[in-house]
Amino acid sequence: MNHYAGWKNALIVFFLFISSLYALPNLYGSDLAIQISGTGEYEVFEKDLNSIDEALKTNNINFKSVDFDNKNVLIRFSDSQSQLTSKTILKDLLGRNYVVALNLAPSIPQWLSSIGGKAMSLGLDLRGGVHFLLEVDMNAVTAMALDRYYNELRAALRKDKLYKKIRKEDNNLVVSFKTEQLKNEAKKLIKKDLPELIILDGSETSLEFKLQISPFATADAKVNALQQNISTLRNRVNELGVAEPIIQQQGTERIVVQLPGVQDTARAKEILGSVATVEFRLVDEKNDVQTAVRSGKIPAGSKLYKFKTGLPLLLKTSVIATGENIVDASSSVDQDNQPSVSIVLDSAGGRTMLETTKEFIGYRMAVVFIENQVETVIENGNTVKKRSKTEDIINAATIQGTFSNRFQITGLDSSREARNLALLLRAGSLSAPIEIIEERTIGPSLGADNIQKGLISVLVGFALVLVFMAWRYRVFGLIANLALTINLVTIVSILSMIQATLTLPGIAGIVLTVGMAVDANVLIFERIKEELKSSKNIQKAISAGYEKALLTIADANITTLIASIVLFSFGTGAIKGFAVTLTIGIITSMFTAIIVSRAVINIIYGGKKIEELAI
Amino acid sequence: MSLRSLNIPVIDFVGKRKFAMIFSAVLLVLSITSIGFQGLKFGIDFTGGTLIELGYENTADLEDIRSKLSEGDFKGTNVQYFGSDTEVLIQLEPQEVSSAKLSSSIIRMLGDGIDIRRVEFVGPKVGEELTNDGGLAMLYALIGILIYVAFRFEYRFALGSIAALVHDVIITLGVFSILQIEFDLTVLAAILAVIGYSLNDTIVVFDRIRENFLSTRQVEVEPIINEALNQTLSRTLMTSLTTLLVLLALFYLGGEVIHSFAGALLIGVIVGTYSSIYVASSMILALGISKEDMLPSEKEKKEIDARP
Repeated sequence: MNHYAGWKNALIVFFLFISSLYALPNLYGSDLAIQISGTGEYEVFEKDLNSIDEALKTNNINFKSVDFDNKNVLIRFSDSQSQLTSKTILKDLLGRNYVVALNLAPSIPQWLSSIGGKAMSLGLDLRGGVHFLLEVDMNAVTAMALDRYYNELRAALRKDKLYKKIRKEDNNLVVSFKTEQLKNEAKKLIKKDLPELIILDGSETSLEFKLQISPFATADAKVNALQQNISTLRNRVNELGVAEPIIQQQGTERIVVQLPGVQDTARAKEILGSVATVEFRLVDEKNDVQTAVRSGKIPAGSKLYKFKTGLPLLLKTSVIATGENIVDASSSVDQDNQPSVSIVLDSAGGRTMLETTKEFIGYRMAVVFIENQVETVIENGNTVKKRSKTEDIINAATIQGTFSNRFQITGLDSSREARNLALLLRAGSLSAPIEIIEERTIGPSLGADNIQKGLISVLVGFALVLVFMAWRYRVFGLIANLALTINLVTIVSILSMIQATLTLPGIAGIVLTVGMAVDANVLIFERIKEELKSSKNIQKAISAGYEKALLTIADANITTLIASIVLFSFGTGAIKGFAVTLTIGIITSMFTAIIVSRAVINIIYGGKKIEELAI
Repeated sequence: MSLRSLNIPVIDFVGKRKFAMIFSAVLLVLSITSIGFQGLKFGIDFTGGTLIELGYENTADLEDIRSKLSEGDFKGTNVQYFGSDTEVLIQLEPQEVSSAKLSSSIIRMLGDGIDIRRVEFVGPKVGEELTNDGGLAMLYALIGILIYVAFRFEYRFALGSIAALVHDVIITLGVFSILQIEFDLTVLAAILAVIGYSLNDTIVVFDRIRENFLSTRQVEVEPIINEALNQTLSRTLMTSLTTLLVLLALFYLGGEVIHSFAGALLIGVIVGTYSSIYVASSMILALGISKEDMLPSEKEKKEIDARP
């Protein structure tokens, strides 16, 4: 009696080994580091390591190591001064195509990280940072979609002067005609060219009909608007230089942006809200760009632009169309199976595009990406808003035929590039208005305070429980304490393994679990005590105590589990963190308090003749 | 020697249930009155608004901050020390033009060299959603538990445990209302945890009542329940004590941010312990539980008899 089979003990030992192993990474500190990653189509390659290494050495910077891992470069430093100086140096060296971000890198030994050992990921309230919840104005999205179809419809019907009048009515378009024949012709045309519009038939005799944007197209417009904004935000966050940012869709019209370590929220807010656009311009093919660069004389009617790579190009000053005119962009393949980007312009843009392309077949047309940034700086004690504008050519391709509002940009290197360009064009175009509806910023000092206070309260609470249990249940109390310690280690290891975010309420959940986890042991021990009163057989009392308490423990814990699962699904930030640790804690405590403590008791008392139990 | 003769009830809990009921009723009436008239002091999580926590190097001059703020023409500002006199908490009601930019402009107005410890801005719409979701979460938790307990025990037990839960939640909310402690998102989490905890306690007692019903020949209900309460008493107190110990650690050492969270749990655990002893069992008694209810049904009996 009271003996676990060898395999059972072995399994427990194995479990303990695994959980201690994966809890271990949390004991190592972290290094100050700089993380370099590519943006969009730019990737960091191993060859870049040499130039980084060289730049740091020529500037006499002390650094611990430079590692290349998973398309990121991680440089570790021993002091913050070197870290900050290096950031400036590397930003200048690498340019805007790479994100150079300050970060903390856990200094976990190689063997541990190679088996997947990771430290717990800390929430913003512990490491400091900004959390934004942004909402996309979906009313504006549907209104914009209606505008766009209004213009497209007019352009489509104008060709043959089919319609008399088009007007907007609620969320529909109403077209009226002079004759029945024109009406039918228009219907045919719409069915062919604008399948996104559903014709709602009016009375047969009436000379007008209603058009509704198909639900599919409306939903599509909303999804696109959200995706566009997310990709724009992602690009902007890259510009901010944030390590491990989170930009996620929440629901159908919200975006969560989390920027760990960013303190200057005013700036973050400005950048997230800034307006970016694109322009289409003709390339000045008559003048030589190299001569212009050398002499510094820019020919009249032209302007010098640069590709992102730095390559210069002369473009005409007159703009064919801007991002304002782009209503959609998507990547596709053309007739020759080459990657391309399909652009849809509004009617005004389409008209100028038609005129331009008629005249300039064989010329190149360039796509220029323009971003306006606003920065608040302090000059002579006054805060001043400083606006800056960056203009990059992202593509220059030959015009091969006339086109108007729907056209393709070809001459792209890969379908990946095409996808990126389409995304950029969409991102730069009419992204629907967004509004910050929630902001939570935690400064670094409060974050550090929170960690320290959280840790102290866990330790003190834990110590109090240990002392109390040892005093009340003597040897059995010590066994419960062992189980509790193992429980704590297990919670930490599971949190590390699943990389759940640890928050301050999460720590509170751990503290609460510590208090409640002993409950199972208390139930068992009290039961054993009762059994001892009625029977002199100690072995039987231990066994019966465990057996009888088991069902009670299960019932009690399952109900608590229901409450914590509801908490989890309700889950906004603070509450979710608490629910995660509470849920994990309940499950692990059942295991440690029932199985682990039993194993230890079996080893100490099992199968022996015992006169008295120290309980 | 039998188990029964050794475990003579020491405390007559059931006999004193009249006093307990009066005590509970008084607490409930006080709580509901306060919640009804005074309401809860909801934090910005629920009302929307802006909250800024600043750290000064020396003692902060609240009057100076207030006068600077009043120049800015903000509605409903509240400036107070937070934890120590070098830390200041500024709270603003939702303004007519409520936006996230508000906090930036306030920080700019107050000048440089201040450590920005925390900024929270919650739009009015988000606050409203949270209030609804929070209420729903509590409702779902109660329903889930009701179903589980009814399934595992009997409907009277389910009603008894829910009565104890509602009792605990109302009194905890009542204390928050009477003392006008700020009720934020973490407090809501704490109250949901209280639901879990209080239930845990009640279930342990119920489990014992059921066990005693099945193991004794006694028909009278009151002594059975009283015995179960006495048998589980030391466990109830032990677990409450260990939980209270860690909560005290959180309350005093966990910092301002989780102060009211720990406070809510402290109140909830104390009330929950009391209610699992007095309220839940009084309820099932009042609902007329009897020994027959706990015995296997006719159908189940036949199945048992059919076994060889």
